[in-house]
Amino acid sequence: MDWLFFAEISLAGLATGGLYALIALGFVIVYKATRVINFAIGEIMMIAAYFFLTFAGGMQLSPWIALPLAVLGGTLLGGIVERTMIRPMLGESPISVVMVTIGLASILVGLAEIFWTADPQLLPEFLPRDPVFLGEIYLAPKIAYGFLIGATVLVLYLLYFRFSRGGVALRATASDQAAAYSMGINVRRVFNLAWVFGSLAASLAGILVAAAGGLSPQSGVIGLSVLVIVIVGGLDSILGALIAGLFVGWLETVAGAYFGGEYRMLATFAVLAVILVVRPYGLFGTHEIERL
Amino acid sequence: MHIVVSDDARRKIPLHTAANKTLSAQRKGRKHGGGAVHILEVDSLHLSFGGVAALRDVSFQVPEGSITTVIGPNGAGKTSLFNSISGFYKPQRGTIRYRGADISRLSPPQRAALGLARTFQNIALFRGMTVLDNIKLGAHVHLRTGLLGALAYFGRARREEMAIREEVERRIIDFLEIDHIRRQPVASLPYGLQKRVELARALAMRPTVLMLDEPVAGMNREEKEDMARFILDIKEEWDVTVLMVEHDMGMVMDLSDHVVVLNFGEVIAAGTPYDVQNDPAVIRAYLGDGDIEALRQRLTGRKEAA
Amino acid sequence: MRIGDAKQSYLADEALWTSTTQQVWFGLFLLALFVFPFLATPYLLYLACLVGIAVISATGLNILTGYTGLISLGQAGFMGVGGYTVAWLSLHTDLSLPPALLAGGLLSAAIGVLVGLPSLRVKGLYLAIATLAASVFLHFVFMEWTPVTGGTKGLSLRPAHIFGIPLHNDFRMYFVIMPLAVVMLLGARNLFRTRVGRAFIAIRDRDISAEVLGIPLLKYKLMSFGLSSFYAGIAGGLFAYFFRVVTPESFPLSMSIFYLAAIIVGGMGSILGGVLGAVFMTLVPELLKLLTTVVTPFYPEAPVIMSPLRGVVFGALIVAFLIFEPHGLAEIWRRIRRFFHLWPFRT
Repeated sequence: MDWLFFAEISLAGLATGGLYALIALGFVIVYKATRVINFAIGEIMMIAAYFFLTFAGGMQLSPWIALPLAVLGGTLLGGIVERTMIRPMLGESPISVVMVTIGLASILVGLAEIFWTADPQLLPEFLPRDPVFLGEIYLAPKIAYGFLIGATVLVLYLLYFRFSRGGVALRATASDQAAAYSMGINVRRVFNLAWVFGSLAASLAGILVAAAGGLSPQSGVIGLSVLVIVIVGGLDSILGALIAGLFVGWLETVAGAYFGGEYRMLATFAVLAVILVVRPYGLFGTHEIERL
Repeated sequence: MHIVVSDDARRKIPLHTAANKTLSAQRKGRKHGGGAVHILEVDSLHLSFGGVAALRDVSFQVPEGSITTVIGPNGAGKTSLFNSISGFYKPQRGTIRYRGADISRLSPPQRAALGLARTFQNIALFRGMTVLDNIKLGAHVHLRTGLLGALAYFGRARREEMAIREEVERRIIDFLEIDHIRRQPVASLPYGLQKRVELARALAMRPTVLMLDEPVAGMNREEKEDMARFILDIKEEWDVTVLMVEHDMGMVMDLSDHVVVLNFGEVIAAGTPYDVQNDPAVIRAYLGDGDIEALRQRLTGRKEAA
Repeated sequence: MRIGDAKQSYLADEALWTSTTQQVWFGLFLLALFVFPFLATPYLLYLACLVGIAVISATGLNILTGYTGLISLGQAGFMGVGGYTVAWLSLHTDLSLPPALLAGGLLSAAIGVLVGLPSLRVKGLYLAIATLAASVFLHFVFMEWTPVTGGTKGLSLRPAHIFGIPLHNDFRMYFVIMPLAVVMLLGARNLFRTRVGRAFIAIRDRDISAEVLGIPLLKYKLMSFGLSSFYAGIAGGLFAYFFRVVTPESFPLSMSIFYLAAIIVGGMGSILGGVLGAVFMTLVPELLKLLTTVVTPFYPEAPVIMSPLRGVVFGALIVAFLIFEPHGLAEIWRRIRRFFHLWPFRT
């Protein structure tokens, strides 16, 4: 058993998992505030990455400008989606809203293929190139720096939600919409804000993931892994998103390295199957008790 | 218009389960209007969620053929009690006996097959169906159509559908005077009519014990009188035992043969309406602790001072 | 204008076609279906067969998702089971179409019941994701279990045969697909005139109350899964016989989305909706193809964007119908009918 190899793979997996956690966070924010399951999160990530490709590659802007612009683009996309597609569905059954996001995913994939072709592309380099070593263990620089940026953003988010007024408003709306309304919280703005923040996280993560692994209109399929992560962690648990993200990232990378690429998805969904049997509402999710 | 239904008409749809066979036999031999037989016995029921106890050592008996009402302040555990009897909640301790047999292990559909029917506090009609379909659904457990029969329809399934349609129309729809709305989707009905349709659906279950959870909540005086009339008619003509949760004291006192008082998950009194009304424990539960005389003095004293 | 709707017996009231006009129209429709292949061009015949297959599968999904309220993202997987079963039987045995198709449907139903088992513990979106997982898993099996499924290359089939008659062209396949579609549609419609169908709807609307009223939830949820997968399996089997080849890419995840879109656009919870949606969704790509041939002289790149455009249009249809007409084409159809029933009055 080559422990060094295992350690390297594990570290790479954890780093990927950190990014996954960031995406999962974006998902959980939207769910916590609006009870909407965003099936299109992978596609929003992809579009943000494509924006970066256009800004940094096609338009030759410096990565320092292209990155924020692309993230802004993705964030705006999330805000527009909320306003035009999710807002009209307020009050409808959650199933219908989910199907809207499924439709959205289909639209985004098609648009990506139309504007940027179906060929896989590489993002322009913007992360430092020097290999990263933790002791003897090698870590690919893209993954390492991606993780660092992702983790920083994650911490910032967590601090924001804990301590700022906006964060409190989000948590209030999540627990009880009517009460939040009566307390003077603009619930509709909170909804929009939730989507904006969620898309922000997703956009940044999308660019970082694409930087490491390449980009194509099918990149949105990462959303499936994220879905598994939030189910495992619990749909409304930020802590769960974190832990499950790290775990699934690690497991996928290890499975892919030792068994082959096709087994990545299998490993992920095997975890899902286990969780659904053992703890269907996730490790940290709240089980809603239904009243008769 | 009251239709007295003979046992012959009722037996058009074969009552298959063994429980129901003993049922018809027992019905024929039984005396009218409640006897010493307890159709339902709840014994030392204990139900808690997490650390919160909803029901604490609850014991009482429901005399057969009576109208028994469970009363108590909000949060006393009345609906939890109903849910436990229906089988939706599994109490941690205690037993529920139906005609002497322990039904604590039976699943909700099995209890429904025995004749434990109920209505719900917040109307639980199926909004995707018409009134007629909702009522027919109540009879589900007494029908026999399986998947293949349903797909084919012509033959046994159709015969069964026609029979249940006739039973529902003759016995229930005419009885509860809802024939003018039977093809309407339930979502479009006013509140009072929805409650009546729920009652109709419960009747379609061929009940022996009819559990009504706040049957007149939110109704005006006239609707309440209508509903009270229906409940009394049901008790007389359908040979059922009625177990109600109710807040309207007028209804409770006028209709009930037997009253059980719940407070904070415990039974604090049980007996005839008159006994319960004058029970000091009950008065304390509803009006609070303290000397009533002193309270009165303070109120009148303040009035005099002002 | 329709005046009065009085029936003399409960039987007449419960019938599917309640007036003579309706019965006549339906009879004419059946006649048209019978005559169609003699008059149609090969392309239209091909489309008609596609529509038939889509109708069967969409109806199956409608039973599960539209009527019982259990969202399924695994329709493609179940179709694949039917398709691969039929393909394997075609290669290794000499079974005629009916028993092979039945085998495909039954195996699919069995898998469907297995996939439905989580519905005991989870509901709603969690269940949907479980079906997604099942679909991914089935796809994995189709790709990797090479000795049986032929791996990425898939399997090719010999022409189907029934009563010794080989079904080697679309004309003959039509006369298997269409009658089967009609029969299965009627079966589905009949279901909702009986207690089984009512139980399904009750589970969708309020399942815990349904249980207390006497409906054993797991039994009926599994029944719904099984029946729906049976329909999907039959559709998949017909697909295999029709195209004479199955590969893992014949039943991609996007097909599950296609069928979800079909029942949303058509109208969930309505058999007619399933039909309208299937027809609509099958014809939309063809319309797009037509559009591209028209537009290509002006925009030579048009054919390249046709495939992704299909995705955009699918998604846009789902979103538009959900926002503006949640009850789908069936509701639009009902409104048109109501208009003609009342005409010349307005309301």
